Amino acid sequence: MPKIKNAEANYLYASALLRGAMPKDNNSEPIWTNATFRARVYQVAAMSLVALTAYYLFTNTLANLEKQSIATGFGFLSREASFEIGESIISFSSSDTYLRALWVGALNTIKVSFIGIILTVLIGIVMGIARLSTNWLVSRLAGVYIEVLQDIPILLQLFFWYGIFNNVLPSPRQAMIPMEGVVLCNRGAYFAIPADHPAFVWMGYSFVAAVVVIFILRKWAKKRQEETGKIFPILSVSSAIIIAFPLFVWLIGGAPTELNMPVLKGFNFEGGYNVSPEFGSLLLGLVLYTSAFVAEIVRAGIQSIVKGQREAAEALGLKPLFIMNLVILPQALRVIIPPLTSQLLNLTKNSSLAVAIGYPDFVSVSNTTISQTGQAIEGVALIMIMYLTISLLTSLFMNWYNSKMALVER
Amino acid sequence: MKNDENLSSDDKAFSTAVETAPLNDHNVNTQEVLKPPITETGVIGWLKSNLFNSPLNTLVTFFILFCFYKIIPPFVKWAFIDSVWFGPASGCQAGEGACWAYIPSNIRFVVFGLYPAQEQWRALIAMFIMVGTVVYSRKRERWNTSLIYVWGFGTLLVAILLKGGLLGLAPVESSKWGGLVLTLLLSVVGMTAAYPFGIVLALARRSNMPAIRTMAVVYIEMIRGVPLISLLFMSAVMFPLFLPEGVTINKIFRAQTAIILFTAAYIAEVVRGGLQAMPKGQYEAAESMGLNYWQMMRLVILPQALKIVIPPTVGVLISAFKDTSLVAIIALYDLLRTCQSTLSDPKWMGFSNEAYIFIAGIYFIFCYAMASYSRRLEDELSAGQSH
Repeated sequence: MPKIKNAEANYLYASALLRGAMPKDNNSEPIWTNATFRARVYQVAAMSLVALTAYYLFTNTLANLEKQSIATGFGFLSREASFEIGESIISFSSSDTYLRALWVGALNTIKVSFIGIILTVLIGIVMGIARLSTNWLVSRLAGVYIEVLQDIPILLQLFFWYGIFNNVLPSPRQAMIPMEGVVLCNRGAYFAIPADHPAFVWMGYSFVAAVVVIFILRKWAKKRQEETGKIFPILSVSSAIIIAFPLFVWLIGGAPTELNMPVLKGFNFEGGYNVSPEFGSLLLGLVLYTSAFVAEIVRAGIQSIVKGQREAAEALGLKPLFIMNLVILPQALRVIIPPLTSQLLNLTKNSSLAVAIGYPDFVSVSNTTISQTGQAIEGVALIMIMYLTISLLTSLFMNWYNSKMALVER
Repeated sequence: MKNDENLSSDDKAFSTAVETAPLNDHNVNTQEVLKPPITETGVIGWLKSNLFNSPLNTLVTFFILFCFYKIIPPFVKWAFIDSVWFGPASGCQAGEGACWAYIPSNIRFVVFGLYPAQEQWRALIAMFIMVGTVVYSRKRERWNTSLIYVWGFGTLLVAILLKGGLLGLAPVESSKWGGLVLTLLLSVVGMTAAYPFGIVLALARRSNMPAIRTMAVVYIEMIRGVPLISLLFMSAVMFPLFLPEGVTINKIFRAQTAIILFTAAYIAEVVRGGLQAMPKGQYEAAESMGLNYWQMMRLVILPQALKIVIPPTVGVLISAFKDTSLVAIIALYDLLRTCQSTLSDPKWMGFSNEAYIFIAGIYFIFCYAMASYSRRLEDELSAGQSH
């Protein structure tokens, strides 16, 4: 018996004894009343149960596959896909391999998720702030937007928008032209874009350069502020940089202004940038649905900051912009970012519903692959690995963010 | 300490002042009381403080009113004035407006799917029982052991009614179940089965035994990391391979399993939140009373932990309800799929808007009811906390 100094230690010892965490003094009790021993037995039993079930399913599967003479393994990936894919970022033809087809699908998933996430965050922030507006009309409209879009299944919304593209919009010959350079018809939406010119490639590079410069500048400004207390006007300077760099390159490159306009040729439009009905309705559905959830998160985040924080900042004599940047936002973001990430992850996962309206995303291509090759297990496994990887990367990011953002307490 | 006393006596003085204030009214000539200016009360005051309280807000209000002016009249014209409410599809082709005649003409198929026409009363009663059981369970004073019997009995009745083959009811193949009936079945059964499974998973994740904890973590994180559609594909194309030769499980049951496995992982995370929020003293108090693990969980921890996570739990159930629509992709005739298949009928082909708005209304009513129930319960529970 250890030496017990006070009541608390006595209690701790007793509760540890009850949990069986400490060996008891007399060993005369039978072994099955020992909690540690029983815990081991339970675990071994649970693990064997899982292993046996897995083994049973595995042998069944092997037997079934053998009977249906389906080869296992990922060898099919290098075979010829022999199906066409409607839209693709990289070149693809039916004589390419399944591996390349799946890669096209993965890129399409990334494309729709990436654009979707940007739009969702923008609309979600606007709607979340609108919900808190002092204007009754604005706040009510935002409320209706949030409530209605949250309560209708995403798949139904996708079908609805796809139906609008197919049934409501006219054929290319009677296409709606709401403004110069924008065409809406049942083949999708067409937008005029600047015609190809080498200057645009260089503008892209200069944009990346601008981002890098701003990143370095921010670090320097923050360090200087912490050391000297001087505040650098980072927002206006970085906006200037991000506009000026590409603009300068554009001017040097000869300021090309020629536009690539969509033109009706035969039964369809040519030229311009085409947003297919599948991509358009998928993007629209995903963005509207997810932005309703994001709006709620933003609203809750802003409301979570107690009024005293703003008042205290005002009492210190901070300007409104600094109150927002230095006091409100850092605290609100701590509340907003974790659920926001999970919503954006949901958007990425929901993009798999593309399979229902025929947008060739990863799931859609895998589904075609499964039905053509019969490699169901490999196909489903590929889908799961793809999304698990995305989820895992996101949670790694979240862990990093949480550790960075964790309140440093004294 | 002294400060506190001062403060409370001040409070008292203040509250007596407030209480006595109305008494003075009797002494004042009512004629002399100045009413607030008309611009601050009533309709005008409301408009001023809610719509035109700043230049920017005035601008925004006018912009929105302008949009209303542009959007609402054409919509009203489409939905109500030019619309066709009854009659065959041919009546709609001529009109410019909405074809609400779609609803009376197709509602039977949309709600019941391929369920035999003369047996549809059974499906209708089954639906009422499912909704009724959920509605019955809403009151907190009914959350006791007898509720389990109500659910057990309800489930049995629904199964007998839908499947038939008993009590002189004609048997109906499960492949014929469809429409709203199937949607409700998948969601109600899914929620009921996923809930206890989710609790077990949450307990396993909080367990002291490393092997059990690891298995629970792997399961929960894996399921939460993949989209539901991949599990439904698995149920459609992989489950048959898992089973020994000659054994087949019907498609609805397989999809149902996938939904349960999926929802349980989300429930588990919500319940884990509740378990983590329990103060350690509750565990220690239960242990010091000599309760064993299951007694402690059943009598002390879970009743409290589950109560504080009711709002997020309802959130999970709402998404589970919406997610049942995904079975349409693996060709089960749920509400969404029956609606879609009516649209492949050449007669109704162009009327997808009307059809989708109609079933969106059905989904909305169910989800909105659950969401407002959750909000009310949240208020009740938080009111209980503060007293």
